[in-house]
Amino acid sequence: MSSSATDNSISLLRPDGWNRPPVIEPSNDGDLLEVAMGPHHPSTHGVFRMDVALDGERVIRLKPVFGYLHRNHEKLAEGMSYLSSMPFTDRLDYICPMTNNWAYALAVEKLTGQEVPERAQYLRVIVGELTRVQNHASAIGFLIQEMGASGTPLMYAFKAREKILDLFEELTGARMMVNYMRFGGCRVDATPAWLTATRKVVDELPQFVDEFENLLTGNEILMARTQGIGILPAELAVNAGVTGPMLRASGVNYDIRKVDKYGAYDRFKFRVPLGDHGDVYDRFMIRFLEIRESLAILDQALKQIPGGPVMDSKAKLRGFRPKPGEAYGRIEAPKGELGFYLISDGGPNPYRYRIRPPSLINLTILEDMCLGQNVADVVLIFGSVDIVLGEVDR
Amino acid sequence: MKSVEEIKAAIEAAVPGAGVEIQTNPSVSAQHSLRLAPSHAIEVATFLRDDPEMALDFLSNATGVDWPDKEISEKVKVTRTVTKTVDGVEQHLEETVEETTRRIAPGCLEAVYHLYSVAKGHGPVVIRMKTVNRADQVELPSLTPVWRSAEFQEREIFDLFGIVFKGHPDLRRLLMWDEFKDHPMRRDYVDPDDFEYEPTAHDEVLKRAQEHKSREQGTGNRDQKDQAATGL
Amino acid sequence: MFGEGILKGLAETARNFAGSFVSAERLTTVQYPEQRIAPIEATRDFPFLVYDGADWEAGLRCVACQICEKECPPKCIYIEKSVDKKPDFTGRPQIYPTRFDIDISVCMSCQICVEVCPFEAIKMDTEFELSTTDRFGGLLYDRKELAKSNEHYHKIHPSEAAEVDARLAEEKAKAEAKTKAAAEAAAAKAAAAATAAKPAPADSKAGGESNTAGGTQG
Repeated sequence: MSSSATDNSISLLRPDGWNRPPVIEPSNDGDLLEVAMGPHHPSTHGVFRMDVALDGERVIRLKPVFGYLHRNHEKLAEGMSYLSSMPFTDRLDYICPMTNNWAYALAVEKLTGQEVPERAQYLRVIVGELTRVQNHASAIGFLIQEMGASGTPLMYAFKAREKILDLFEELTGARMMVNYMRFGGCRVDATPAWLTATRKVVDELPQFVDEFENLLTGNEILMARTQGIGILPAELAVNAGVTGPMLRASGVNYDIRKVDKYGAYDRFKFRVPLGDHGDVYDRFMIRFLEIRESLAILDQALKQIPGGPVMDSKAKLRGFRPKPGEAYGRIEAPKGELGFYLISDGGPNPYRYRIRPPSLINLTILEDMCLGQNVADVVLIFGSVDIVLGEVDR
Repeated sequence: MKSVEEIKAAIEAAVPGAGVEIQTNPSVSAQHSLRLAPSHAIEVATFLRDDPEMALDFLSNATGVDWPDKEISEKVKVTRTVTKTVDGVEQHLEETVEETTRRIAPGCLEAVYHLYSVAKGHGPVVIRMKTVNRADQVELPSLTPVWRSAEFQEREIFDLFGIVFKGHPDLRRLLMWDEFKDHPMRRDYVDPDDFEYEPTAHDEVLKRAQEHKSREQGTGNRDQKDQAATGL
Repeated sequence: MFGEGILKGLAETARNFAGSFVSAERLTTVQYPEQRIAPIEATRDFPFLVYDGADWEAGLRCVACQICEKECPPKCIYIEKSVDKKPDFTGRPQIYPTRFDIDISVCMSCQICVEVCPFEAIKMDTEFELSTTDRFGGLLYDRKELAKSNEHYHKIHPSEAAEVDARLAEEKAKAEAKTKAAAEAAAAKAAAAATAAKPAPADSKAGGESNTAGGTQG
């Protein structure tokens, strides 16, 4: 199947440069049909609406509308102490609470200059990579679900996810809303029993990935529906602020774990998979490859984890007042670059608390990718962006 | 990676009259920022993006900050000549009096941008722009023509803070609904109290719930009329 | 061959389906509520107040310092202090809460209250089947409903409770040693003052002076 956005070079259709989406000319028979997809929709990953203008089956215009889950977390944080915002960061990207906690703790540690002990860095990497594995597995599962696979791949992914969530419950007390990182380390130490259980899970996961890949790749329906759809050129991706697996699927080698070298990531050998075409199939396959790289990191981290404390001994739990100043700290969350920008005025509450949500910014070029495609492909393209509304709306 | 002073020098060499200032960051992170004058902001931004050495092609984060009006009271020593009658003789004496002057330092809204380079792998470079005041002169140039990622983020700043971005292709509210009136992230925003409270309210929340309830019952609201109609 | 990929996928599904009849690894469904998974020790649901001994009012560890109320992110705790005092586990008189409400419909189980409590008085329970049909107070727990014994704490979090008990025993021992040392020092001072007064009855005035001096110091 060919559509104008994939055939022609994008520059012909972009008179203003990257600033605006390309102009698609509708055929001259009939008006445009305006459909609101969402907010109550099984495939929109949450409460999300897309106002789509269709010419027959082709998308002429697509405007995303969100804000249905807006809880104004940024303003709430201005009224609470720094520690009290930590449980609220769990609820941003609620599939990956560990990495949200990590980004916030990293930003505060950048602001105050606190040191994190070695063992805490390794624990952070271990739980962060476990989070990445279960997030990518769920993302693949949800994408295939939207293609109509009625839940089988999703339930395979969730079977693996359950093992990881059980590990989180043993470590922190909660499966999802973990509230685990603190400024200067982690809340509790991992017992040797937990490390053994994690070792066991990590040894079983490659078999899960093999089964999952066996089930899905090579499937002709999948390939026909996802290859050549929703192509995102590399330059546009960088200019539009796209990060994470979506950026790497377009062929741009930018992984914050390698660029910023935060945490203990500079001690592990891992590769960064890149895509060739930047279509939905690449974004889907890259998640498999990233799961395998995460398993390699987990393997190394579990072997190398040192002993010692997990919390900075000088860190204060109550009465935490960082000196005035500001800091921007970011990590490679499973969805993209998750950053926190904090301005402190010397008081117990932050003066400005800003979350840089990868899901929201990855949605900036949703319109560009979907124009000219069929409306059935919109669901797939949107699913390959992999967003979570808690993060988009905060 | 250049230091902030070097970047400032490069900008001033490339865009004359750009009006760039350095704002130091006292925290440990040492992420100092460059304050841009709104008049030349787009030229400076284009230079930062296209310069082969800096190549800041990636706008990571664009956000707003609200700096409200501050009342400053200063004690000033004022020397004045005063005419006084001493022992029946008029004399001109010099008196030094301490006076307290009060003035309002006008607040402003600020837009902060964090730039990184994907090609070179360095960053962040922080640039900031301030509006003139918080009331009527709240315009800033939009950087969306330079970096597309500013499109939604500037819409969010407009929605939550009220900065109007000139040159933005589609400036509407993003998170709040289109007919909403106020700007929620401002420091002087007052929440509406016409929503249902939790049944276990106490302190502040209880006081406001009681005020709201008494206001509702006093004005002959819908519930009372319905009760009268059904005779309950 | 066209359809090969689909057949490969179907073979995978068939293997899982057939395998679920023979291996427990593949049959992962637990028929809740008839079957339940073994609870994990560290799990946390909603807070409860710990009391030592048999009487919940006398043994309640909470001293109404209101730190948990201040630190709670969604502000679901409400405490009212008492006017009188009762002795705590070291014997020192402390105020106690006359009212300690937790609204568990607001509580988000973040367990910051447990982390900041300096008296080991509030801990996390593991009960989650708490739904009720009373929407206006059914989920507002007062201190009587929240107070659970230390034995209950040992049952749900054995290793944590053992640690807490060890710490409290250490504190109690330190406090007792301190009072014992202070009592011994006072007794020694009184004895010294008494012996100083005896051998000089002629200098009764001097002895009396030194006695009172010793008395005010002791």
